[in-house]
Amino acid sequence: MTDTGQAVAAPAPKRSIIDTLELDVRLLGMLVAFAAIAIVFTIWTGGTFVSPRNVFNISVQAVPVAVMACGMVFVIVARHIDLSVGSMLAMCSAVMAMSQAYWLPSALGLEYGSPVILVVTILIGFAVGTGMGALTGWLVGYQTIPSFIVTLGGLFVWRNINWYTTNGQSVSLTDPNLLMFGGTEGVLGAPISMTLGALAAAAAVFALYSARKNKLSHGFVVKPAWAEGAMMGIVAGAILLFVTWLSRYPVPEAKLKRLFQARGEVMPEGYTAMHGLPISVIILIVVAVSMTLIARRSRFGRYIFATGGNPDAAELSGINTRALTVKIFALMGFLCALAGLIAQARLQSHGNDIGMLEELRVIAAAVIGGTALAGGVGTIYGAVLGALIMQSLQSGMAMVGVDTPFQNVVVGLVLVIAVWVDIIYRKRMGLAK
Amino acid sequence: MSNAGRTPLVEMRDISISFGGIKAVDHVSIDLYPGEVVGLLGHNGAGKSTLIKVLAGAYQADHGEVLINGEKAEIRNPRDARAYNIETIYQTLALADNLDAGANLFLGRELMSRGLVNDAKMEAETRKIMGRLNPNFRKFNVPVKALSGGQRQSVAIARAVYFNAKILIMDEPTAALGPHETQMVAELIQELKAQGLGIFLIEHDIHNVMKLCDRASVMKNGQLVGTVNVNEVTDDDILGMIILGKKPAHLAA
Repeated sequence: MTDTGQAVAAPAPKRSIIDTLELDVRLLGMLVAFAAIAIVFTIWTGGTFVSPRNVFNISVQAVPVAVMACGMVFVIVARHIDLSVGSMLAMCSAVMAMSQAYWLPSALGLEYGSPVILVVTILIGFAVGTGMGALTGWLVGYQTIPSFIVTLGGLFVWRNINWYTTNGQSVSLTDPNLLMFGGTEGVLGAPISMTLGALAAAAAVFALYSARKNKLSHGFVVKPAWAEGAMMGIVAGAILLFVTWLSRYPVPEAKLKRLFQARGEVMPEGYTAMHGLPISVIILIVVAVSMTLIARRSRFGRYIFATGGNPDAAELSGINTRALTVKIFALMGFLCALAGLIAQARLQSHGNDIGMLEELRVIAAAVIGGTALAGGVGTIYGAVLGALIMQSLQSGMAMVGVDTPFQNVVVGLVLVIAVWVDIIYRKRMGLAK
Repeated sequence: MSNAGRTPLVEMRDISISFGGIKAVDHVSIDLYPGEVVGLLGHNGAGKSTLIKVLAGAYQADHGEVLINGEKAEIRNPRDARAYNIETIYQTLALADNLDAGANLFLGRELMSRGLVNDAKMEAETRKIMGRLNPNFRKFNVPVKALSGGQRQSVAIARAVYFNAKILIMDEPTAALGPHETQMVAELIQELKAQGLGIFLIEHDIHNVMKLCDRASVMKNGQLVGTVNVNEVTDDDILGMIILGKKPAHLAA
């Protein structure tokens, strides 16, 4: 009996740089596509496309879809689909808007702007979203109605209960605190952003280091130290570049003056401030990192992937796949509520059509990001990147004056081409991927 | 070896289960003693796999009871079965194709550290058990769909053996294997038997049955034709039971 069963080092075939860095080829492909889009539009717009202001806008606009796409990855990996996310977003948004503008102030007798209203509104929104998702999950998991049908029904139902809740009217967000989730109204400024960026870069480097240490402690082969160092450098560099860039986007002078006036002060001559990181983008990063952790390192995530790979095997391994389905859809509902909070804050009001057709963008983002509709395969970072690619395309096309209908034509084509390229790639690689 | 006076490891009494009016298993009783291999034989559709899935927790019997070590056991799902140290190697292998060997081996029983799945530890354990079962196995970091039939089989076997099974159910473990790998499985069965495990072996190949099993239970159309001691019968006797559904004349008392 061999003690460790350690693989004897086979005569190493010549490894390409991609293999040495252990890069995910699909991720690399997406990054290249993303870079190509950025470069083309940067040249086309004479540099405006990558200006701090535009990078800020693209980031902020992509957040709601990206947040929901993270949840959609789990749904699709588990061999389901959720067509109701846009309507669930609208429903959560309606409840939150009505809560902060009418229900809570009258029920609790509180002034506008009270932090209690903010907190309770958000909690109500999250509860409604999670509840809607759990209901979907129960119908799919325990009653075995196909998720396509349940969520197609949900698309109609929630959209129109949303309508009924607000009497079809738009609701302005009167609570100024809520607006901080929207983007320009909720930024951290340059110093805090840079500090956070530095901390995040350090955390990323540490995470890579401890993963390597863990592998080494079990005597596994790891990539060479220089390759590990290069990965750390690239990741940390990307984080710092992004934060630095956003910290170069100045807050307009008129707005600064208003802010000082609101506090009863006079703005000093020559005072400037930078936007830095928007709170909504930080929320997205927290969501993406947590979801990645769930996907890779938690039992819940492991079971989602196992169920997607082979539902029977998961069941026979003692996994309660029904309860799992409820959890997956509840999480999706929660993320819809979060996306709703961000979307309404960005628009500064709840409109009837908020989140309309978002379900298709969310699914497209997940699919462009490499999530296979057959289940079992998908990554969170891919979905976020997918959302960013779509938003960049749209933003870029709008900047160079492409008409709206054509923008959507291009987004549709990109979706099909992305999946097509993926299929060709997988055929070439044979069974290996 | 006489089983008289010993408590069976497993006793399935009068088990019935039907699907939409079709009796897949019809009042069948079988038992299994420690250190014994019992073959389950019969045509496709005879009800062998269904019967065994009742023991594995995948199906619920409509009628009848299961006793483990002489005590009545409630097996409502695969988790319950595992709690009784019943491990199953399914004909389909029941592997999640998109996960690697370690993730499959520990599926449902992941090794955790600080609340998180410890993949490195699981890979190390997988390397250990594979070093014993199939020393040629190298592909620890690829999804199991990239493995050959034999390699996939060894992952499924490793999963059943790793967790100290007392009762092992093997549903056609050698169906997808070449001669060399079949020999490895045969040796493994002998080794596990020597360790005192009880093994239910569903098998179509009469030669394997004659070689590996102590007793054979034959089923036809959901009913038990009979259970025989393998050393008291010939291949032809067993074939007769499978095809005709009758016990051989010299045994039918």
